[in-house]
Amino acid sequence: MTKQIIVPFGPQHPVLPEPIHLDLVLEDERVVDAIPSIGYIHRGFEKLVEKREFTEYVYIAERTCGICSFIHGATYCQGIEQIMKIEVPERADYLRTIWSEYSRLHSHLLWLGCFADSFGFENLFMAAWRIRERILDVFEQTTGGRVIQGSCKIGGVRRDIANDKLSGMSRDLDSIRKEIGELTTVFLNDDTVRHRTRNIGVLSRDDAYHLGAVGPTARGSGVAIDLRKTGYGAYDRLNVPVITDSCGDCYSRCYVRCKELFTSIDLIQQAITEIPDGPIDVKVTGAPNGEYFMRAEQPRGELVHYLKGNGTKFLVRSRIRTPTLTNIPPLVKMLQGCELADVPVIVLSIDPCISCTER
Amino acid sequence: MKQEQSIIPIDVGQLIGSVEQCRNEGYRLAQIGCTKVGDNDFEVNYSFDKDYVLKNLRITVTAETEVPSITGMYWGAFVYENEMHDLFGIQVKGINIDFKGTFIQTAIKYPFGVSISKGEKP
Repeated sequence: MTKQIIVPFGPQHPVLPEPIHLDLVLEDERVVDAIPSIGYIHRGFEKLVEKREFTEYVYIAERTCGICSFIHGATYCQGIEQIMKIEVPERADYLRTIWSEYSRLHSHLLWLGCFADSFGFENLFMAAWRIRERILDVFEQTTGGRVIQGSCKIGGVRRDIANDKLSGMSRDLDSIRKEIGELTTVFLNDDTVRHRTRNIGVLSRDDAYHLGAVGPTARGSGVAIDLRKTGYGAYDRLNVPVITDSCGDCYSRCYVRCKELFTSIDLIQQAITEIPDGPIDVKVTGAPNGEYFMRAEQPRGELVHYLKGNGTKFLVRSRIRTPTLTNIPPLVKMLQGCELADVPVIVLSIDPCISCTER
Repeated sequence: MKQEQSIIPIDVGQLIGSVEQCRNEGYRLAQIGCTKVGDNDFEVNYSFDKDYVLKNLRITVTAETEVPSITGMYWGAFVYENEMHDLFGIQVKGINIDFKGTFIQTAIKYPFGVSISKGEKP
C-alpha cells in the first residue's frame, strides 16, 4: 500500500487572496482526500442585526463582500421589501439590475485575472484587470464608490443615473465587449490555458447537484440553476439566457464565466434601452414583521438572505448563506484524485470568497 | 416579484424521513440556518430547492436536543451542521466530517447560542 502523507494547503498561499485551509491527503503526488477548514476571519456580521436598525443594516449587508457588495445590499433590501410588502418603483428595479450586472462583470474579470495568475499567465492577469478598471470607473461615476457603492436602500435606490449617462454607458459597453472578446479568446483557445484546465477537477452533473454546487461551478457541470430566472429586480422583464457547459472541469467553469461576461453586457444594454422614467424610491414606514428567504444570483452563485423581524426596528435574525460556503463540498469532491500541482487551479476554479463565507 | 417558498414545521423525529423524501423527489439542499427564539429555543430551517421553489423544513430544538445529521443523504451538509454546532452550540449527531467545534473558530464560544461567556475560547 502506498504511504499516505498530509500536506497542508493554506491558509496562507500565493494563490489564495483569503485564508482557507485544506489538509491534502496524498499518495505520492495524487490527492486522495481533502479536508477543508475555515473560520480564520469570522466577523460575526449577522450578530449586528441586534444592534443596528433594519434601515442601517443595509450598510452592514453591503460589507459582507468587497466584490459583490452591491448584490448583498440589494438582496437584503429586497428581502425586507417582501416582508413589508413595499412596491419599489420600476426605475429603481432597473437601476439595481444594471448595477448588479456591472458587479458580475467586475467579479468575473477579477476572477479571470486571478485564475490566469494561478497557472502563471501574468500578462493575461493584467489584461483582465485592465478591463476591470473600466467597470470600476463606471461604479465610481454612478455611485461614488468603487468597492462599496452605498446606492441601495429599502424602498429603492439613493442615486439615479441620468439618461444621457446611461446612453454613454451603453456605448462604452460596445468597446468593452470588444476587449472582452479578445481576452476570452485567449482563455478559451490558448493551448497553455487548455493544458492546465481541461479534464482537471472534474465534477459530474449528479455530484454538482446533490453536493449543492451553485453558480458557474454548477453550470459548468451542466446544472442549469440561475436565480435570475426567478425574476427579482427587473430580470422578469429581460431575456436572461443560462450559460452551461457539460464537461464539469476547470475549463468548463472558465467557459461559463467567459460567456456570462457577454450575457451581462447584453442585460445591461437591454435594461438601458427599456428603463422607464419616474421616481427611484418610495417612503418606508413601519418595521418588518415576518420572515422571508430572499435569494439572488451573485457572480459566484445563489445567495440566500434569511431575514426575520418582529415588528421592532431591530431584526431578530439575518442569516446570510453565501455561494462559496455551499461550493466547498463540491470542491472537496473535485480535489479527490487530482495531482498536487493542480490544486491551486482547482481551488481557484470555484472562485472562493472566504470573507464572504465567514461574514 | 415574490419568490415561491413554504415553511413546514416538523418534529425532530420526522427530520430524517422528511429529508429522505426531499432527496428522493430530487430536491437540492440550499442551506441550513438557525435562529434563536426565546431564551432557550432554536429554530433550524432546512431549505431545499427544486425548480426555483424553496421548501423549508423547520424543527424547533433546545441546545440540549440531539439533532440527527442529514449528511447520509446530503453529503455536503457537513458545512452547515458544523456551523450549527460552532455558532449556536446545537448538538448534531453523526456528521460525516465532524470538526468537533473547530470548523469556525470564534473568540467567544457559541456566540449565537444560549449562554455567552466572554473570553472563553472554543
